[in-house]
Amino acid sequence: MIAEIGLIALWLSAALAALQLLGAVAGVRDDKSDIAALVRPAASLQALLCAIAFVALLWVFAITDLSVKLVASNSHSLKPMIFKLSGAWGNHEGSMLLWITVMAVAGGAIALLERRLPEKTMMATLGAQAFVGLGFYAFLLLSSNPFERLVETPIEGNGLNPLLQDIGLAFHPPTLYIGYVGLSVAFSFAVGALLTKQVTPEFARVMRPWVLAAWIFLTIGITAGSYWAYYELGWGGWWFWDPVENASLMPWLAATALLHSASVLAARDALRTWTIMLGVIAFSMSMLGTFLVRSGILTSVHAFAVDPERGSFILGLLILYIGGALAVFALRANTVAEGKRFALLSREGALVVNNIALSAILGIVLLGTLYPLLTEAFDVRVSVGPPYFNPVGAIFFLPMLLVMMVGPLLRWRMDSPGRIQLPVMIALGAGFATLVLVFLFADVTILPWLGLGLSIAVGIASFMPMRGRSLRRAPLSTWGMCVAHFGVAVALFGMSADSAFQQERLVAADVGDVVEVGPWTATLDAVAPVAGPNWTAMQANIRVRHGDGRDRPAKPQSRSFWSPAQETSEVALVTRWNGQLYVAVGNQAPDGRWQLRLWWKPFVTFIWYGGLLIAFGGALSLVGRLATDLRRREAVRKGNERRQDMAELHA
Amino acid sequence: MKSGLKPKHQRLVLISIALIALVGAALLAAYALRNQASYFYVPADIESDPPQVGQAIRLGGMVEVGSINTATDGITTNFIVQDGIARVPVQFAGILPDLFVEGSGVVAEGRMEDGGTFVADNLLAKHDENYMPKELEGMETAQMREALEASVE
Repeated sequence: MIAEIGLIALWLSAALAALQLLGAVAGVRDDKSDIAALVRPAASLQALLCAIAFVALLWVFAITDLSVKLVASNSHSLKPMIFKLSGAWGNHEGSMLLWITVMAVAGGAIALLERRLPEKTMMATLGAQAFVGLGFYAFLLLSSNPFERLVETPIEGNGLNPLLQDIGLAFHPPTLYIGYVGLSVAFSFAVGALLTKQVTPEFARVMRPWVLAAWIFLTIGITAGSYWAYYELGWGGWWFWDPVENASLMPWLAATALLHSASVLAARDALRTWTIMLGVIAFSMSMLGTFLVRSGILTSVHAFAVDPERGSFILGLLILYIGGALAVFALRANTVAEGKRFALLSREGALVVNNIALSAILGIVLLGTLYPLLTEAFDVRVSVGPPYFNPVGAIFFLPMLLVMMVGPLLRWRMDSPGRIQLPVMIALGAGFATLVLVFLFADVTILPWLGLGLSIAVGIASFMPMRGRSLRRAPLSTWGMCVAHFGVAVALFGMSADSAFQQERLVAADVGDVVEVGPWTATLDAVAPVAGPNWTAMQANIRVRHGDGRDRPAKPQSRSFWSPAQETSEVALVTRWNGQLYVAVGNQAPDGRWQLRLWWKPFVTFIWYGGLLIAFGGALSLVGRLATDLRRREAVRKGNERRQDMAELHA
Repeated sequence: MKSGLKPKHQRLVLISIALIALVGAALLAAYALRNQASYFYVPADIESDPPQVGQAIRLGGMVEVGSINTATDGITTNFIVQDGIARVPVQFAGILPDLFVEGSGVVAEGRMEDGGTFVADNLLAKHDENYMPKELEGMETAQMREALEASVE
């Protein structure tokens, strides 16, 4: 019954999306028409219905209703409740329902809240949102129905891939999807503004908080995913340039560029066409990512089902929407007037460099991700990994950071080099000193070396915009920018320190053996079996000690799940402020010794602290902008009241 | 840009700069991809057209039954990857993936050493029933199945 309610809600909201599209088409011509009045309610109701469908799916997973095919093939009655619930989106159909729910809620939110743009532009925007939504409803309902029933109810479900049975599944997919799919709003706004020729600073101001909100979640989602891969896969790495990771990075790069160009458009009325273009590209990258991940064209833990029919369906949608948006862009771009002029040495100039560098990195990641797919068409199998992405990306990333130090210090329109000389010199001096020190006292390769120097310089420069200002009176959005830029420096420091200074030991140890790695000593006390709700494991009980500090326990496991039957490695992490000890236990050698792998990873945690700081900076900025907007609305309302009073007084 | 520049010209200049940067990035990427994409080999390829010693490649095939043995240090594993045509000895120091077993498929990342041994930095075995490195998948349908049967006999 619950499953049927979910399915009905889904069909109804697909119908509402169709109504929304029809109404919007009418509304773009005449925003006073009767059917246009239905557009906003249709969008809001759609959000509600999708939420109901999603709750229905959570419900059937919570009670393990095995007559639902999706539950039977992906869940198990013995799974802990948290994994039953998060397992609802740990599969193809459920994740697509999450996708469409986020999309409907985002559309409902702009319909309900956004009243600053001309109504015709809003109609076109909501129409675009509905048009994209319809394609994904069709995909979900026609080829990936999550509520499909089985004729015969099995006695037990198949269970969930053990790699996914982790608390990470509760956080990573929802946050990533809110970001990923939230960018659909940027896409719709861009199309709406183009169709109604309203590419104005006001449009950028309206779009910015929505993009910012999506971007914050995307940042958190990527950070969470990286940490999850780091501790779950047991390989000690935190980014593998896996196509699936790239699929989440590409929309992030585009959205980051979009945020920066939107601020130029909002403040200075320049970069109009470029901002529109980025709005289209950001969500196009989300859709491309969905295609890569969900079509089965790539194989990874994220690709749940290999089904060529689904792949061609998403590819069709991809071509329709990206092609359609680019066609609108090509037809309408010439109607967008040129923006205001600016000098090269100005805030705008720096942001243009930022945008070009981010776009170049995006292009590099895109080519590297698609290249193996292209060569495979010619039957040449290649794989592209860190030896490509790291140096080629760095060629644009490192100079971009230099500009990031300078840009926030510059004034809009034009500026003189003399005014920013001192703060830039201080930051560069500190960075240069770091480079010299590292060069003298450590032996590191070039990229981590440059990264260490730049991270110090950027870290100092990121708070330079606060120089000579009242810290309390500086706008919250300025604080947000400083914190986010500082987060980039923190993350870069973590990445560089980890690859420059990490130490690894791989040993076969008997019980009682002592292993040293970096400043740590580890003693293997025992290896004993332990049991969990749906697994058993061999657990190594290890005492670790940093220098002369106290003993701390580390208990890595090698787990065997029984449904589905599979083994996973659970690593033990011992965290200090300045890094992590990472311990994995492997197989037992024929002579009875246990394989242990230990890494000392100095400052590796800074990578994720940095990611969270970037998101936190975004949140500060968002709150600041919303507060300013509320104050402005309040002032306008008071002004209107006063004018009315005056008018009445005179009358 | 000089203040005398008209908005239209500034737009042209911006577009040109962006295009130059993006085309530059694309050329750079294309160049790097040609040099740095690591190519995928099966043992038969290694026999017929051996890669350069030290060049990063991926080697895929089946783990020959009875070929896995652990060295006395307890951490180095030696085994043979074969595809029914040729056999390549592989050396790997590290924790074996959970699903690494004799007679199953494996993709090894690493390089050929002098003497014809492949030294692997990383083994990509299947993560679970549904997860398999892409390269292996096509092979299995082709000659891998036979090869597997031949190795089991």
